[in-house]
Amino acid sequence: MSAGVGVDLENLWIRFGDFVAVRDANVKINGGDFFSFLGPSGCGKTTILRAVSGFLEPSEGNVLIGGNNMRGIGPNKRPTALIFQNLALFPLMKVWENITFSMEIKGASAKERRKRADELLDMIALPGQGDKLPSELSGGQRQRVAIARALCAEPDVLLLDEPLSALDLKLRQHMRTELREIQQRVGITFIYITHDQGEALTMSDNIAVMKAGVIDQIADGKTIYNDPATAFAASFVGENNVFRGKVKRIMGDEALISTNRSGDLVARISSANQGKMAEGDDAMMFIRPEAFALAPNGATGDHFITARVNHEEFEGNVFNIFMEGEGGKELKVSIPNLGQSFEDHTGQNITLEYETQNAVAVPAGELAAE
Amino acid sequence: MPSFLKEFFKRNGVGMGSLMLGLVLFWTIGLIILPQLSMLDFSFRPNLPPPEIGGPKDVYTLENYKYLIFGPEGGSQDYNAVDLRVFFRTLVAAVCVTVFNLIFCYPIAYYLAQTKGNHIRIFALMLIIPYWINEILRAFALRIIFGETGVLNNLFVGLGIFDTPFDFIRNDIALYAGLGYAYILLMIFPIYNVIESLDRNQIEAARDMGASWPMIHRRVVIPYAKPGISSGCTMVFMLSAGALAAPQILGGPSSLWFTQLIYQQFNDNSDWPQGAAYAVVLLVTCILLVLAIMRLFKVNMGDIGK
Repeated sequence: MSAGVGVDLENLWIRFGDFVAVRDANVKINGGDFFSFLGPSGCGKTTILRAVSGFLEPSEGNVLIGGNNMRGIGPNKRPTALIFQNLALFPLMKVWENITFSMEIKGASAKERRKRADELLDMIALPGQGDKLPSELSGGQRQRVAIARALCAEPDVLLLDEPLSALDLKLRQHMRTELREIQQRVGITFIYITHDQGEALTMSDNIAVMKAGVIDQIADGKTIYNDPATAFAASFVGENNVFRGKVKRIMGDEALISTNRSGDLVARISSANQGKMAEGDDAMMFIRPEAFALAPNGATGDHFITARVNHEEFEGNVFNIFMEGEGGKELKVSIPNLGQSFEDHTGQNITLEYETQNAVAVPAGELAAE
Repeated sequence: MPSFLKEFFKRNGVGMGSLMLGLVLFWTIGLIILPQLSMLDFSFRPNLPPPEIGGPKDVYTLENYKYLIFGPEGGSQDYNAVDLRVFFRTLVAAVCVTVFNLIFCYPIAYYLAQTKGNHIRIFALMLIIPYWINEILRAFALRIIFGETGVLNNLFVGLGIFDTPFDFIRNDIALYAGLGYAYILLMIFPIYNVIESLDRNQIEAARDMGASWPMIHRRVVIPYAKPGISSGCTMVFMLSAGALAAPQILGGPSSLWFTQLIYQQFNDNSDWPQGAAYAVVLLVTCILLVLAIMRLFKVNMGDIGK
């Protein structure tokens, strides 16, 4: 699937007056990839998308599509198609006219357009709906019409700006699978903007995690989840428990962290930070809720944590235990429900253990807002 | 009592509801429908001296309408060529003023609606403030600008573009400019209102798919703005066909506006029935023309009110 057209961002800066929306972004997106920009709202991910689609000229740096510098080339001349957050279907045009608008621009005959519209309607599983108005379709159907409309232009790169955010949860999850399938079928590069880590993780080949205009990490989903490069990436992608402290000792690719509350704990230094952390540095350690196991009471050591249980809840697939953590934030532990009996620990001190490889140490940094 | 009335009184209370309803009925019936009906009644009666009104000669007749078409009985011509020519010239000129206004105002309305920022408010204010000035004063100001020794002629002759002053007034340019200017706001604001609610993403989506600006306007913006455009055009057409002050002040000596004929009948000839008949013909023709054009462009009556 490397036949697609790649997109490169080189030293990209985008400023609005004094405000820096994107700071020195360097991204290489392989042709045929499903690539996501993941970050909270206002982090500059939509700005990057607008720079790729051509609605915005970067203040510095270049956008390359298929190796060609796009500077000075307007959005109507770029080989990209953009799917807007609100879809922006034309309300007064029928579905088939919407889908084939790009052909109408090029002067294709109505007959040709109708034929192509029917093909695309078959592809998005909406056969025979071409004569409806967009307002007569459901949210998910409109979504698919927007995709068909973008694909009809036969773009090299499809840009998607949080297109699923308006859908309800079930439909959103269904559309994830569908989007991924469409992408693999047409084989073109998809650039996807989202603040939903679930969407990014399930669909993407590669993900760029963004915070306040800066790209923190670019990697595949597994790496970002298991081996985050920064405190922000660790706390933004998935649930995570944070332990603050200082590096006490470096032992190869592991570090002993003297945490503020839970004593000395051992953690693996994340790949991106190996060799970059030194003794005495402020550090953060992250352990996922599912990486803990209940340990016999009273055990101590560098991979045991003891704390008081505030409350517990049963979520179906897991039992969640919320324990006193540091800084008023609770420590969350999820024990898989395998049908075992589960006693209530509320008010007790319990001890948890984890494996070193499941605890990740990164330099102290800004955490994602809740 | 029909349920919508009950609902109306329930929501507003009997006192306030009756007051509002009374005012609306007074406005529509007392100030619009009744005067128009009496005008219609006038138009079918002969012009009699006061003592004979209500007498045996006061019967309904089509005489006043006949006069517009055939002229005075026993006249030298088969048709009332003078008045008919004025009538059709007025309609054609009103259509021209409307089209010109639309071409001129659409870009302004689009720009106002799609641009953000404080300067837009200043721009809108600059459009509105001249309308604080009396219509007649504005017309005279235009006469000064367009006159033989006016600002424009001084400028053009001074720059050497014209050898001799150009008679803007005799050539009706002043009249069209005056009529066009008088109703600019009535064209701009309905279009502005509609375009302002157009999702910018639609324009960007069209652009992203490769559409040129003319294409975007033809396929996306204008279809969306159609209710505003028809509302603006209707008002401008109706008002320019019925304008009196601007033709009176800015019209050339040889060109009469149909409203001036009506005015003459009422005022100079004291022939109210004749004037009423002319007014009714103008009103009905304008309404039919507007309805026909709305049908041609597939605009619904309900859209106009948007």
